[in-house]
Amino acid sequence: MTRPHANRAALLIALGLITLLVLAASIRYGAIDFSVSAIARALASLFPGQPEPTLDQRIFLELRLPRAVLCLLVGASLGVGGTLMQALFRNPIVEPGLVGTSSGAAFGSALFFVLGGVFHFGASLWSLPLAACLGGVISTYLVFLLARSREDGRASIVLLLLTGLAVNALFMSAIGFLSYIARDPQARSITFWSLGTLSGASWRAVEIVAISTIAGAVIALRYAKQLNALMIGEEEATYLGVNVNRLKWIILSINVVIVAVATAFTGVISFVGLIVPHILRMLGGANNRYLIIGSALLGATLLSLADLIARLALRPAELPIGIVTSAVGVPVFLSLLRRRQYVF
Amino acid sequence: MLAARNITFRIGNKPLITDVTVSFAPGKLHLVIGPNGAGKSTLIKVLARLLRPQAGKVEYAGTDVRETSEAELARQRAVLSQAVDVAFPLSVREVVMMGRYPHFGSRPGPTDERVTDEVMAFFEVTEFRDRNYQTLSGGERQRVNFARVLNQLWRTDSDPTAAGSGFRYLFLDEPLTFLDIRHQIDFMKKLRRFANAADAITVGVVHDLNLAARFAEQIVMLDDGRVAAAGTATEVLTPDRIRQVFGVEPTFVPVKESGVHLFFDSPEVAQTSVCVRGITD
Repeated sequence: MTRPHANRAALLIALGLITLLVLAASIRYGAIDFSVSAIARALASLFPGQPEPTLDQRIFLELRLPRAVLCLLVGASLGVGGTLMQALFRNPIVEPGLVGTSSGAAFGSALFFVLGGVFHFGASLWSLPLAACLGGVISTYLVFLLARSREDGRASIVLLLLTGLAVNALFMSAIGFLSYIARDPQARSITFWSLGTLSGASWRAVEIVAISTIAGAVIALRYAKQLNALMIGEEEATYLGVNVNRLKWIILSINVVIVAVATAFTGVISFVGLIVPHILRMLGGANNRYLIIGSALLGATLLSLADLIARLALRPAELPIGIVTSAVGVPVFLSLLRRRQYVF
Repeated sequence: MLAARNITFRIGNKPLITDVTVSFAPGKLHLVIGPNGAGKSTLIKVLARLLRPQAGKVEYAGTDVRETSEAELARQRAVLSQAVDVAFPLSVREVVMMGRYPHFGSRPGPTDERVTDEVMAFFEVTEFRDRNYQTLSGGERQRVNFARVLNQLWRTDSDPTAAGSGFRYLFLDEPLTFLDIRHQIDFMKKLRRFANAADAITVGVVHDLNLAARFAEQIVMLDDGRVAAAGTATEVLTPDRIRQVFGVEPTFVPVKESGVHLFFDSPEVAQTSVCVRGITD
């Protein structure tokens, strides 16, 4: 049963409130817990005329807070990316990384680490996300080039899925090779980074990811109607006035940018983009306008929860977040699959 | 007026339709008939501009269809296909609402909501309103899609977006496939009602020659990618032509109001002339 619109609006508002709650929990708890009054004092110290922040307050302002915000943004990116890819491929088992984007972005960043170690340059503000984007674009383009049919030059969905699988495997092995030949410090960061982590969060990272996430989601929302039309097939969508090839390129471009930029700062985080649209569809149907907004909120919420677990499970040490998302995501995904009402 | 002029469409070296010239007048129901592989669906797709022919052109009210934008075309042209699958669970109302997509920006307005309700009532699918489209039977789906497609072309006096618009073009590609006999007749009656509007140009493909004879005001018979005959049912459906194009032996039985009913027999029991033709094929 698909539910009417009124429920969806209520659902989105509820999701928004849950997101705020999780954000509150995620800034409060961690390696060190901050009391509400400590958080208030730390925030107050930002205003002119207040005393300089203490060490604890600086930890909160420069580590905890940007990390929590970055987590929201990356989760939103992965959620929206998942929704976009599933709508485009008309298939509920698709992930943003599917068309090679994630592994390409990971490879771009890994190569950057290794070359940085050899030629002695470090990651600056834009160079790492740029390297990741470049990797993401190259791998995505590679997938489309290889998946293009010889007869009519159009890429069939099945061929894309399979080619994506192969290209992903190629790039992951390339990353393995890089970490094998790399000298110790880089190798460690590649390993940690390929499992996904938010420990490198900074306000710089927040700025960059905020730009790509918000711009990506807003543009995607403008194409929600066309993505809905695509649900009844490419031919039918064409009859409804949709330029299907143009739509494909726009949606893929949005996906490449938001996923690659997020991957650049946090590494490969799987299952968020897969599960979020699933849950939302079960709650409120498949309308893409609702799904895009909802997947930004739910993606942010779920990734924040995962990060909270990653920080608290072995406190004061922390787990790579990718391990948490996979450990929590796989059983959830499997149970969703068993109750699914989709036909693959 | 809708006109196809000297249309040739090929895939690779294989011509699907060859030098087809045919025109369709408003206010009438036009049905295209012909055996499998005669190029009926291809002709519909060329007319609807899904396929671009290698030669010839399609004109909507005298304008070459290539000069119209996708969005503009979608506001005046709709196509009903044989079967439509929805990839994700969508409510029936959402599927019917898709017909209004070319008429609004990012979200449906009050007019779109009202017209959609009106169309759903007209096509008697209001009872499915909140059902998941994926759980409907083939016949129910087709009725929902008929509603969706006509929602795209629906015009009411109170709809400001429709004022002063030109012709509406409706194409149907074997729309009866999944309908039971009652819904087939119901469908054809509703289709006829739409087609008889002065601003409607309607072209459909059907397989059942009797339905074509009964409901079509104009018939185009295709054979091997070419127009074999065009005109009224009595002009087109002659025993000789049916024998020649379909390879079956027709028997005409007079019926009270609709004129005649056709029975068919396989060519084995037919006259020698048909068998001879079968060999030369």
